[in-house]
This record gives sequence, C-alpha cells and structure tokens, in this order.
Amino acid sequence: MALSCLFSRTSRKNKGLTVLKKTALNLLHREASARMVDFGGWDMPVHYGSQIEEHHAVRRDAGMFDVSHMVVLDLKGDGARAFLRYALANDVEKLKTPGRALYSCLLRDDGHVLDDLIVYFIDESFFRIVVNAGTADKDVAWFEQLRDKHAPTLTLRRRDDLGILAVQGQSARDRVWQVLPEIKPATAGLNPFSAITVATFFIARTGYTGEDGFEIIAPHEAIVVLWQQLRAVGVRPCGLGARDTLRLEAGMNLYGQDMDETVSPLESGLAWTVDFKDASRNFVGKAALLAHPPARHLVGLLLLDSGGVLRAHQAVHTGHGDGEITSGTFSPTLTRAIALARVPDAVQEDDTVFVAVRDKQLKARVVKPPFAKQGKVLIDV
Amino acid sequence: MSRTPTDLKYTASHEWIRREADGALTVGITDHAQDALGDLVFVELPEVGRTLAAGEACTVVESVKAASDVYAPVAGVVTAQNEAVKTSPELINQNAYDAWLFRLQPADKKASDALLDAAAYAKEIG
Repeated sequence: MALSCLFSRTSRKNKGLTVLKKTALNLLHREASARMVDFGGWDMPVHYGSQIEEHHAVRRDAGMFDVSHMVVLDLKGDGARAFLRYALANDVEKLKTPGRALYSCLLRDDGHVLDDLIVYFIDESFFRIVVNAGTADKDVAWFEQLRDKHAPTLTLRRRDDLGILAVQGQSARDRVWQVLPEIKPATAGLNPFSAITVATFFIARTGYTGEDGFEIIAPHEAIVVLWQQLRAVGVRPCGLGARDTLRLEAGMNLYGQDMDETVSPLESGLAWTVDFKDASRNFVGKAALLAHPPARHLVGLLLLDSGGVLRAHQAVHTGHGDGEITSGTFSPTLTRAIALARVPDAVQEDDTVFVAVRDKQLKARVVKPPFAKQGKVLIDV
Repeated sequence: MSRTPTDLKYTASHEWIRREADGALTVGITDHAQDALGDLVFVELPEVGRTLAAGEACTVVESVKAASDVYAPVAGVVTAQNEAVKTSPELINQNAYDAWLFRLQPADKKASDALLDAAAYAKEIG
C-alpha cells in the first residue's frame, strides 16, 4: 500500500530548512502519544490514538483542542468600529454588548475570501480578532494597508504571547469550572457567542465543533497549566483530525477548502455572514458581490451507496451540471460518508447526485447542513 | 511502537503475508500501516477468482483521513476474502495481523520466498 502521501508533508519539511513552529503544549502532546503532523508549518497533533474516539468524546462528553497556532489580533484606537464596518463583510454594528462576538469573512476587492475570522467587541476602542494560522501573515498585511489608508491612528497588535485552548462538549463548561472555580461567577451566565475577561483568561462561549463549550485565550504558561488540570479531570485531548470531522458534521466551513481567494462567500454557504442591510455601509468587496450574483452554492451531501468515503476534489454530477466536493469525510456520528460540495445553483435539497469515487459513480443525496450537532443527528439518514 | 511478528513475510509497501499449510498466502496490512492510516472506515476487497499480477493494486482501505491501495505481494488467484473487515474495518486497527484481507493461491509457490522478513521490514520502516 502507498503510505507516502501520509508522511511526505512532515518528512519533507523536516529534511529541508523549514523548522516547524511549536505551541507551548508541544511536549505535553508528545507525552500523551499524539501523532504529530505538519499543519501549515505548525507541528500539531492530528490524533492521540483514535480520531473517532476523540470525536465521540466531544459529541458525548468533553474534549479539548490546542488551537494556539491560530492568531489573536488586538485592534485598538478611536474609530475601530467604523474601520471594521468597512474592512469586514459582516457588520460589527450588530455588536452592542461588550464581549459579543461575530463571525465574518475578510474579503478582497473582487469579493473573494481572504480569510474567515471571529471578531469580539470589547469596547469602542478595542476589538479582538482571531484569524486562521496559515493566513495570519497575509491578514495582518491586508489589515495594515487598509488601516494606513482609512484609519491610520488605529493600532493592530499581534498577540503571539497568547495561546488558545478550545474545550468542547456538553460537559466542557462544568469541567472548566471544576478546575477554575474562580471564573464560574463571571462565566456561568455567559451567552453563546460572547466572551468575558476574568483575570488572565479571556473566556469565549464559542467553538468549531457544534457543541457547547469555551474557547480560552490566555498566556502560554496559563494554557499549559489549564491543559494539565483539565486532563486530570477527564477532558480528553483531541487532535485536528477530530476537529475536522466535528466541524464538518456541524456544517462549518474550513478556510482553504470550502472557500478561498477563488470564490465568494455567496457561493460558499456564507451569504448569512455578508450583511447588505445597511445600504449606506460600504465594505471591501461589496461592489463586486453585487455585480456578480453567484451561479453556484455550497450544499451538504450524504453518501447513499457504499463504496468509499467522500473526499475533497471528487467530481459531483448533477442534473444541472457538474460540481465538486470541497470537504468530505466519514462522519463518526452518522457512520456514513458526508461532504460539503459546490454545485450549480439549481441543485436543491433532496436531489440525487452522483459522486466520482475512483472508478465508480456513487449515489448521494443533497442535504442541508448541519449533519449533527449538540450530540444529535440533524438530517434524515 | 508498531509490532512486526517474525513468522510473517512483508513487502516494502506495508503488506504482511502468511504462508498457509495448503500453500495459499494470506495477506493483510502491517501494524505500522494501520497506525499511519488511523481509524479505518472502509475496505474494498478483490473478488474471489480474480487473477492478480505481482504488485497489482487490488484492495482499497480508507481511514477517516485518507484512501490507500493495497498491492498483491506476488502473482496469483484470489481464493478468499475476509468478510469481517468489510463490515468492521476497525478490526484492522485493533489487530492488524488478525484482520487479514484476502487469500491468494500463488502462481509460483516459491515467489513468496523473495519477500522481506521481519528484520528487513523493520529496517524498512526505520
């Protein structure tokens, strides 16, 4: 069998001059028997033995993910809100209460997607932005050139001094309170998609799994202590493998796969994040999006035939033309293959399509994501 | 670390081969291979009666993260497939040397002599 595809990325990097970046938890991952991979230049755990068991731990109980490779950007100064109303496709005007968070795309002038991010409103002169690891340098450069042109007094600080731990699952918050009882009074009433700062911890009730929980931003040394404490109370360390199957079941996009600089958010299932409501608001990419209505859209697929697993780049044949899978996997919760696919606009929910898997055309049904979240299957299987 | 039993033969492409009393060869994937692939979720085996050339891709195993071909270690005819791994691919993760994939009647009874022994395979995977 050919295993080279599984090893080449790491071995090539290790032989070359590139040194993989490590998070503060690197040694703890290795001590926990993690299988490490090169993830966009970072040495990260893909699993600690069984990706599927880690997935189930999050759907049924609690798991934690080191996502310290993601980058925190603090935007400060007068006019921060006005700047972000222009820089982001979603409208930060929705953020009225300090701590509230908003998911948004960062668009180019042509309406294509530079990155997706979460922005937290701390106060009128302070917004915190969390962006993807692989796109962080590009994002910072983009924000800085926009800032220099439109709001030169604002400061953008990259917080490489902070790590991020995502603790996810129906028991996640209880376990966090078990090891950090001092934060419970401030976070017990925290609404979904909101955050609060307690001592050195920035605690957000957000995630990328379709389960309840916290994403905790803190200095690296605090993250290291917290990871060990959570592990001691039974929170399972989970790798990027389970993170990917969980987010796909929850119908959440992955930047670089489901959208990138070649597509618009409107053809990526992200129209709900592009806010045109305030006609007086201009934002980067707006004119291009209005000038080019999408001809394709992103749908969910459930594989009906047996014969393989759905994977990115497989061709999708529909009654209205061809499309392509952008993310595909075996869903541990459904025990079926599922995917996100970009297909012609006329393709509708419940249509039957055919996916090219090796030499076969396998039948799949078009479904509306999410496939599963909060411990439950959400589509008919 | 991955196990490499000394009573089996191996290929550099991570198949293990056991010679049965009747001369048939039982083929599976190694512990090292299952460990690298991660949780297996799909297995497609060659039909009984199919004639395989040495090195021919004849089986597909898919884990959550990737699909891989398994190759015929020597030329021969498929005489059996392990139904159990089709319905429960995770058996391969649990014990790669128990969860065989298919059996082959080799065209040349001596062909398997040339395959790697455990020490040579262990060296191969470093």
